[in-house]
Amino acid sequence: MCTDCGCAAPAPGHDHGHEPHPRTIRIEEDLLAKNQSLATANRIRFAAHQLFVLNLVSSPGSGKTSILERTLRDLAGQMTFAVLEGDQQTSNDAERIAATGVPVKQINTGTGCHLDAHMVSHGAEAFDLNSTDILMIENVGNLVCPASFDLGEDHKVAVLSVTEGEDKPLKYPHMFRVADLVLINKIDLLPYLRFDLEKCKTFARRINPQIEIIELSCHSGVGMSAWYDWLIREGNRKRDVNHT
Amino acid sequence: MHELGLTQNLIEIAEVHARREGAAAIKSLTLKIGSLSGVFPDAIEFAFEVCSKGTLAQGATLEILCIPAIGRCQQCSAETSMESLADSCPECGSFALDILQGQEMAFTEMEID
Repeated sequence: MCTDCGCAAPAPGHDHGHEPHPRTIRIEEDLLAKNQSLATANRIRFAAHQLFVLNLVSSPGSGKTSILERTLRDLAGQMTFAVLEGDQQTSNDAERIAATGVPVKQINTGTGCHLDAHMVSHGAEAFDLNSTDILMIENVGNLVCPASFDLGEDHKVAVLSVTEGEDKPLKYPHMFRVADLVLINKIDLLPYLRFDLEKCKTFARRINPQIEIIELSCHSGVGMSAWYDWLIREGNRKRDVNHT
Repeated sequence: MHELGLTQNLIEIAEVHARREGAAAIKSLTLKIGSLSGVFPDAIEFAFEVCSKGTLAQGATLEILCIPAIGRCQQCSAETSMESLADSCPECGSFALDILQGQEMAFTEMEID
């Protein structure tokens, strides 16, 4: 046996019949290519079901689940939802969503800091997509890593609450760059805080000049109708694009 | 720490190519990481040491080429180097910059034996 490479040819001085080594080979692959192809497959599958899909991202505690709970209750009867809940541990959020009567599936990422397209692909198997208008994916609370992972959604929606700093868009620019909409939550607390709302909006537009911004409080209900209008408008736009 | 998952992808891709080539070991891997890719090269290096154990890439050297970011202004088309996503156009002040390069996270080549 050849002691150079372990091939079956007799040693020494034989012709290996294959490339010399060591040698350099070109790869040219994106490290996210696998996730991207799965996300594209999700997107095609969701479009086939006329499904409008949102990926909700934020830091922990900004109110993603509370916004969802109120949205699902307020829009019950107008449109049908399904919810994928991403958290490292526990099914607490899924239990809160289940109490609204909407189908929900909890995805626990364990040590993982984000949802990926593969998890969403299997998570969505829990739902009857034909009878669902909107799939809400609540990502793991983390303003960093979920920015890099396409799940096959139509839009990333970033939630930022006024109990956080107004400079969050500058500190976590990747997320605000890839989001199409920011929901600024808990604005009923503004009188008690030193949060500069206008500065926050300026910072978000500095990172992403096209970003839409809606100020609301899922606790008091102020601003929620603007969010519902956005949901209906963008959902209809997607269905119209599908039809043409 | 999404670098951990990216590094696992890297090793998976490397092993597929190495096996296809009939390689016994991977000597080195070269990556291109853009300065605005959201990936921290030190975290990739750390994850690589851990994740490569027991694979064909164990003991391989990791070469990370950092790609500086360049943006083009949507308003005046000026091209400018970018340090952050909050940068504005030095010519007209607009924040609407398209990123031409600097978001790469690519596995470009490797040396096998």
